[in-house]
Amino acid sequence: MIHSLFLINASGDIFLEKHWKSVVSRSVCDYFFEAQERATEPENVPPVIPTPHHYLISVLRHRIYFVAVIQSEVPPLFVIEFLHRVVDTFQDYFGVCTEAAIKDNVVVVYELLEEMLDNGFPLATESNILKELIKPPTILRTMVNTITGSTNVGEQLPTGQLSVVPWRRTGVKYTNNEAYFDVVEEIDAIIDKSGSTITAEIQGVIDACVKLTGMPDLTLSFMNPRLLDDVSFHPCVRFKRWEAERILSFIPPDGNFRLLSYHVSSQNLVAIPVYVKHNITFREGSSQGRFDLTLGPKQTMGKAVEAVLVSSQLPRGVLNANLNPSQGTYTFDPVTKLLTWDVGKINPQKLPNLKGTMNLQAGASKPDENPTINIQFKIQQMAISGLKVNRLDMYGEKYKPFKGIKYMTKAGKFQVRT
Amino acid sequence: MSASSAFNEEKLGSSSVGEAEYAYDPVSGKIFSSDYNRHDDLKEMLDSNKDSLKLEAMKRIVAMIARGKNASDLFPAVVKNVACKNIEVKKLVYVYLVRYAEEQQDLALLSISTFQRGLKDPNQLIRASALRVLSSIRVTIIVPIMMLAIKEAASDMSPYVRKTAAHAIPKLYSLDPEQKDQLIEVIEKLLADKTTLVAGSVVMAFEEVCPERIELIHKNYRKLCNLLIDVEEWGQVVIINMLTRYARTQFLNPNINESLLEEGSGGEKMFYGSDEDEDEDEKEKKAEAAAIAKRKPYVMDPDHRLLLRNTKPLLQSRNAAVVMAVAQLYFHLAPKAEVGVIAKALVRLLRSHSEVQFVVLQNVATMTIKRRGMFEPYLKSFYIRSTDPTQIKVLKLEVLTNLANETNISTILREFQTYVKSQDKAFAAATIQAIGRCATNISEVTDTCLNGLVLLLSNRDETVVAESVVVIKKLLQMQPEKHSDIIKHMAKLFDNITVPMARASILWLIGEYCERVPKIAPDLLRKMAKTFTAEEDIVKLQTVNLAAKLYLTNSKQTKLLTQYILNLGKYDQNYDIRDRTRFIRQLIVPNEKSGALSKYARRILLAAKPAPVLESAFKDRDRFQLGTLSHSLNIKASGYQELSDWPAVAPDPTVRNVEVIDPVKEWAPSLGKAKQPKSDDKFYSDEEEKGEEGSDSSSSEDSSSSTEESGSESEKESNEESEKTSTDSGKSSSDSERSSSESEAEQKKKKNTKKKNKPAAADSDSVESEAKYSSSSTESSSESNSESDSDSPAQQKISVKAKPKVELKAKKEVSLLDLDDFSPAPTNAPKPSVISSSLLSDLKGLSLSNVSPTLQITTSSFGPEKTHELLHHMTGKGLSAKYHFPRQPCLYQPQMVAVQLILTNTLDHSLEEIHVGDRSPASLSIHCFNTIERLEPGASVTVSMGIDFSDSTQAANFHLCTKEDQFSVSIQPAVGELLMPSTMTEPDFCKEQKKLQGMNETSATIIMATANASIQTISKQVLSVANVGVVSSSNNFHRFAGRTISSGDLVLVSLEPKESSTALLTINTEKSVVASMLLRDLKQALAQA
Repeated sequence: MIHSLFLINASGDIFLEKHWKSVVSRSVCDYFFEAQERATEPENVPPVIPTPHHYLISVLRHRIYFVAVIQSEVPPLFVIEFLHRVVDTFQDYFGVCTEAAIKDNVVVVYELLEEMLDNGFPLATESNILKELIKPPTILRTMVNTITGSTNVGEQLPTGQLSVVPWRRTGVKYTNNEAYFDVVEEIDAIIDKSGSTITAEIQGVIDACVKLTGMPDLTLSFMNPRLLDDVSFHPCVRFKRWEAERILSFIPPDGNFRLLSYHVSSQNLVAIPVYVKHNITFREGSSQGRFDLTLGPKQTMGKAVEAVLVSSQLPRGVLNANLNPSQGTYTFDPVTKLLTWDVGKINPQKLPNLKGTMNLQAGASKPDENPTINIQFKIQQMAISGLKVNRLDMYGEKYKPFKGIKYMTKAGKFQVRT
Repeated sequence: MSASSAFNEEKLGSSSVGEAEYAYDPVSGKIFSSDYNRHDDLKEMLDSNKDSLKLEAMKRIVAMIARGKNASDLFPAVVKNVACKNIEVKKLVYVYLVRYAEEQQDLALLSISTFQRGLKDPNQLIRASALRVLSSIRVTIIVPIMMLAIKEAASDMSPYVRKTAAHAIPKLYSLDPEQKDQLIEVIEKLLADKTTLVAGSVVMAFEEVCPERIELIHKNYRKLCNLLIDVEEWGQVVIINMLTRYARTQFLNPNINESLLEEGSGGEKMFYGSDEDEDEDEKEKKAEAAAIAKRKPYVMDPDHRLLLRNTKPLLQSRNAAVVMAVAQLYFHLAPKAEVGVIAKALVRLLRSHSEVQFVVLQNVATMTIKRRGMFEPYLKSFYIRSTDPTQIKVLKLEVLTNLANETNISTILREFQTYVKSQDKAFAAATIQAIGRCATNISEVTDTCLNGLVLLLSNRDETVVAESVVVIKKLLQMQPEKHSDIIKHMAKLFDNITVPMARASILWLIGEYCERVPKIAPDLLRKMAKTFTAEEDIVKLQTVNLAAKLYLTNSKQTKLLTQYILNLGKYDQNYDIRDRTRFIRQLIVPNEKSGALSKYARRILLAAKPAPVLESAFKDRDRFQLGTLSHSLNIKASGYQELSDWPAVAPDPTVRNVEVIDPVKEWAPSLGKAKQPKSDDKFYSDEEEKGEEGSDSSSSEDSSSSTEESGSESEKESNEESEKTSTDSGKSSSDSERSSSESEAEQKKKKNTKKKNKPAAADSDSVESEAKYSSSSTESSSESNSESDSDSPAQQKISVKAKPKVELKAKKEVSLLDLDDFSPAPTNAPKPSVISSSLLSDLKGLSLSNVSPTLQITTSSFGPEKTHELLHHMTGKGLSAKYHFPRQPCLYQPQMVAVQLILTNTLDHSLEEIHVGDRSPASLSIHCFNTIERLEPGASVTVSMGIDFSDSTQAANFHLCTKEDQFSVSIQPAVGELLMPSTMTEPDFCKEQKKLQGMNETSATIIMATANASIQTISKQVLSVANVGVVSSSNNFHRFAGRTISSGDLVLVSLEPKESSTALLTINTEKSVVASMLLRDLKQALAQA
């Protein structure tokens, strides 16, 4: 399956290599660099690149290319999914997944990679198992280790791999038993010029942070489970129970994990919480353009729209912009032509507005296309789909846990065409 | 390898270049900047006896490996530390070893013994990791060692070790492909494994080593289907892909009726010619199938249904690879009506990382060509955002184009209008192509598209205009007669268009259709003649072309112009143009020198050119299995396994029958009998369908329950199996079904004769190796060798005595022969019990006297008491067989459990040639009794066998054959029979018990009948259940000790009486399955008495 892994940074240096079978020379990455050159943008490098003797499958995350070398037929998604899992694990261990973090923890990285794959086939990818085998480095532990000479490698053997619930480590103990669930929904939408919705869908996840002693068995039920007709589960969720009763029943992993993600598709009606009034025009012949943008709340059920950030890629002809925001600050990068406006909170009484002129390159013709506007925002205490958790029950343990649930709606890929 | 060169380079450059490089590298900067001879320094650290120094050194070395620096010269220093106590040092040494062992083969051998020791460790996790590292060392010399280790691990008690064994198989295979045959045997054995942990890994091994041996899957097919949902996600992907391939060879095309309908009535008209083409290609193949299908409507094989049903929930997996695997399975295997379910899941994946999107979109693009309707409801999910990377945009465009039809084309075109204006010009160009494709595919919008494209001609961007002209050119080529006005329009636009490619395209267009625009064409040529010298090369070439074509069609008006242009071309700077001019002149202008070609000038230049076909780049991609690397690249990748076409006639579905499901059939016997006459002509008759359906559901229920209570799974199965054998035999006796069962048997026979040679040889091989191993590994071998020699004959006598005289001669010969063959076996075999009794009496003296007799009494008295029926005389056509466990050490091999068979002939004529036929699982080692030549009517004979149950209560199935018939029977050992007594003192017992705490301890409070007060009765009860030895105890406790026969693991039973007739029963052993089963049995026995 996966032969080797190369980590390549943005400037094209291979800063880590790992081989699970016999060694593949790093010159194989030259094919990758070729493809990288051909693709103008970093994200346009094709994920699957054939070379005479190998195949390269790569993912780009945190400006690092993770390039896996494959020798024979294997489902590309298998490798891609695994590489993403590797990145997630690094992030989990080191907080960030940057070149510096990886280089600082190269030994832990190596130990992790060694455990995650055996002969190129995934062995232990569950974070609970890995953490039992290799403890994540913390500042405290690093200090203790340097003084006492103890190690990051867990003394225990990976008993988790033998268990019926491989995702949960054994012998978990907490003094405060707590279980938090975050229902986070992202709206992906395309709004056309006239303000009507072309497509809108909701991507929801339920992220959990469960710190419970022992082997708790949880059930989570919803007020309106019918909303969830397109879901994917963490392996811990008992699928049969969901099919039959529409109740999530599971023995949770320890710590943070994604319990469920769901999709409310474009066929359903999705409420759009903000509207945009815009007037962006370029006049033929003149070297000036007008820019006028107003944001307003809509269908928010009385909740405040916060952390609003507007960004737009202005046409290449624009030299600079001279704008005046009624609230927040804006920046315009004359090189990338990216306009960003940090609005903050929308006040329904006094709608935020950004107005002014754009200067075009002298002699440049009128741009064909008006820029699209990308909007980010957050609404606390609301799930836009209307999903509501009914109750959470725990079986199998005696204590009474502290339970909490939080709802949030965010903008996903929210675009307004002008 | 570049290793040595890299090393030299490094040494040379270490002072200057190396230094500079390390300066900005935080890790190495910290480590290496201090000195030049860093390797000496590291060696010193490795040689020190402080773990912290060693660890530091190893960390540095691993950092070097990670950066691709050569560290091979440290090999001797590192390998020394392979047995280091510190677990992190050890792990890092493993990392180093696996990396460099290939280059330093001789030195690597030094480490092997450490791993060999690890392989025998009582802890399963250590055994597993030892095997993992050992098999990762790519040194050819140790291939035999690896082979042995894998074989042994494959029959390990621990599923985790077996999983590791499965992982090791491809490693060994890549190291030495000649081991293939042996490895396949191991794979076959592991495929039969019932645990979810092993399933994924062994299928992986199967795919890497022997994907062509599809027949190995038959027996495990249903099990794999049922286990699938509980297998870890990566294993699921591999299993699903394999099962897709399997299903294509074994089942009929579920869409066969529909494709027939289409062919017959020509009803549903296909959009893409491809489908029809394909249909024609397959027509011949299908014709055959069609004939069958016409006779009988298609009914899906229940196994086919099982696969579809059990994979469907996995569409909900969080792992994109699993979802994709299920999607491709449905695409390739499901009836058309059911494929739709995958669309939703695939659309959900589009929210994932862009790499996942890329691959999913490629697959969706292929699917949309074949099954457009499936994704139509999700059209809007493929709309493009300005922030998508270009490669994703282009793929989405492809999907949108494929989805376009009469009803949605207007919305799609509106979207396209937005895209055309995109700042991403490569994407805008792709959109124009897409519009072109929509225009050709959907005739209603051809004009709209054409007009839209014409508007685009006034675009400022070169690429957009050029692309539009090119697409318009293609569209016009399809139906030029209708569109002379567009051609005229383009000619008018010509003055404004500056992009050379577009200008050239227009010139070509006018030239091609000059007869339709007779007035414009010469005028355009006139304009071109004016500006010829200022044009781009490509435009000049087309001008020459245009001139030539006009000269041929309208020479009156254009003769002079043409000559002028040809003259200009003759002296052009570009030699291409000069060449072309010369060629054209010779071709069209008739002169005495011109050859034969000029006659054909018109036909050459004005030939009718076929219209270009605008079709999807994904049109033929479905020749590859979806989701594969080959599909993604559209090239056959190495190691790609073709997805075969559906078979025209379904292969025998009974090959997948494992006996386990038979009882279900038997539950509804009336059904089977009533419809009997039909059933023997075809496999696919209705009532079999029903019967199997029932069995399927029950087995899937099994799997569901097994997830929750995996502990009791094996028991249940064993129950089922035993039930099955009885019912099974009942079935075969009933006349109605005999015919079919006979035919099956015949088939089996054929297979066996084919295979006979191989497995037999292999079996004996493995037996031998095991024997060798046991001689070295059994710890108890040191106990007393001197006694054993004298014991064995005595033992033999005992067993021989039990048999009637007739049998005696033959039997003796056999055992003697066998003793020669397996010389080490008897020395080990008979020891334990004999020693136990003698030692007991020797050591314990008086205090024990009341116990040891019970032991002896029980072992001899309980043995024959519990006789089980093996074959009823009704089922066995007069031959009846019973068996019991004599509780004596087996003569043939120490790992085997001795079984005595009493065969009786109840007929009025004699039976001949009674012997043991083939067995299952195939790996099961049975020492059979010698063939009984003749059994007189009414006579009975006792024979003994040895069976290695490998410490599991899995039934040993085999055929008991007579000259005419064979009967499948199975011996189901109670867990207590898998033990042999072990003697130990009370302190020893306690010491051993302490070692086996925690996971290895199983305990329960039980209720005892009050009558069990005395020590003897309790011992009697316990001994009736399990073959264990009594340990004398000073207090109220009852203790019993035993070892499992096959692996020799200790099993300690202690019973602590509590108040009011309850007691605490504790069992300590590593074999947790044995423990739980034993606990249950004991609980029952003690409560009953």
